Amino acid sequence: MTDVGEVITQVHREEWARVVATLARRVGDLDIAEEMAAEAFAVAVERWPIDGVPPNPGAWLTTTAHRKAIDRLRREVRREEKHREALMLYDTPEPLGAIDDDRLRLVFTCCHPALAMEARIALTLRMVGGLTVPEIAHAFLVEETAMSQRITRAKAKIKAAKIPYGVPFREDIPARVAGVLTVLYLIFNEGYLASSPGHEPVRSDLTAEAIRLTRLVHALMPADGEVAGLLALMLLTEARRVARVSASGELVALDDQDRGAWNRELIAEGHGLVRARLTSGEAPGRYQVLAAINAVHTDAGDVRDTDWSQIVALYDQLMRLDPSPIVRLNRAIAIAELDGPEVALAEVDRLPLEDYHAFHATRAELLRRLGRSVESRAAYDRAIVLAGNSAETAQLVRRRDQLAGR
Amino acid sequence: MAQYLMSVLTDSPDLANGDEMAAIDVFNEQLQTDGYWVFANGLASPSAATVVDARNGEPVFTDGPYVETKEYMIGFWIINAPNLDVALRLAAAGSKACNRRVELRPILGE
Repeated sequence: MTDVGEVITQVHREEWARVVATLARRVGDLDIAEEMAAEAFAVAVERWPIDGVPPNPGAWLTTTAHRKAIDRLRREVRREEKHREALMLYDTPEPLGAIDDDRLRLVFTCCHPALAMEARIALTLRMVGGLTVPEIAHAFLVEETAMSQRITRAKAKIKAAKIPYGVPFREDIPARVAGVLTVLYLIFNEGYLASSPGHEPVRSDLTAEAIRLTRLVHALMPADGEVAGLLALMLLTEARRVARVSASGELVALDDQDRGAWNRELIAEGHGLVRARLTSGEAPGRYQVLAAINAVHTDAGDVRDTDWSQIVALYDQLMRLDPSPIVRLNRAIAIAELDGPEVALAEVDRLPLEDYHAFHATRAELLRRLGRSVESRAAYDRAIVLAGNSAETAQLVRRRDQLAGR
Repeated sequence: MAQYLMSVLTDSPDLANGDEMAAIDVFNEQLQTDGYWVFANGLASPSAATVVDARNGEPVFTDGPYVETKEYMIGFWIINAPNLDVALRLAAAGSKACNRRVELRPILGE
């Protein structure tokens, strides 16, 4: 009994996106596809413990869901007409080639640029990830009804505006892939550093989900360098997760982390992806450069072995792709290791990041190293006010209180 | 095939200048050649509008637009497009041609 339960959970994880995606293409309606996929899984929960798990669970679920969808369409008003129309329009032969995969169509549809970013995130987690509405609502601290409305509205817009269920025009692919990666990275980052104090500081459920979705997109578009880059970046970040928060719930800076606790398997996989991109000979995009920076960090068994000149060189490369103040802030942190805190502080002080907690936290650390305690304390105070993550706040408070009394 | 309304938005009463008009003409011709064209035109400013309400018998006429907004519609296209991706490309080309923002909305079909 429990075994079957576990099998269903596993199958849900592996097959949900495929069932929804196949159905969406066949019936031409995302809403029905989602509902019928959920119903098919409900039937599985009922039948499998009695009948046994079918030899091909994915196919069984797709067939069950498809039958239910046809029944549903038949029951609807103007049913025959609509059904015929649906079959004529959408019952195309199984597509060939990775780029034509139904799941890829589903990903591109959920991450369509005509949808609001929060709707893209919610839809992707629901339709591709198979998370329930309460799970998504909880992940983003939103009321269930509000999250449900957000998803319903997005599906209604897809239908009314005729957002195509398909892969974008060839010329649009780089921009559309970038849009998909933004959604995946936002999900990951919300898990990596939860933005609200009402949560666990690190949400491993969300980082794991983001990695799973990115693995899927990578499997569907193996030749895309930025997809591989983002996957590597996530793996190399996730590898350090256990070492990032102390037993007392405080964020641990990279140079203080217990490197023995880093996940070697994830690091090896991440390094493998970065190496493959390096040998591809193609100019890397920003996710690939970020992954390379993380590869250098995770290559050092001891923080003192970190190749800072390599890291600064990579940040220089990143600045050519994305000359944003946040990239310059991170570059300055590496500069502090290479050229000292004074040079780094001069660079940081030029950045227009008054409202960004990491700007003040960085200034605080640099001022502290320069022995300018009073200014350092003020910068910690400002960072503490702006930080939303409980583990980060705890770390900043401790660092500030280590400074000798005013 | 679906129909979409592309409303041209502006916050200034200036009509299209020579360069913009020329670009709009080129865009219109392309729409016709490619079979997307349904209709297009410019609109007089909202100050020329009259709101008419005949819901309760005798029509009541009110001078001016139904709601005063900073940004308003000064022209529009109606296009035929198979889906939003095609419509978005056309809207982008239209926005570039008339040098203004464009709001794209599906027209309710059958």
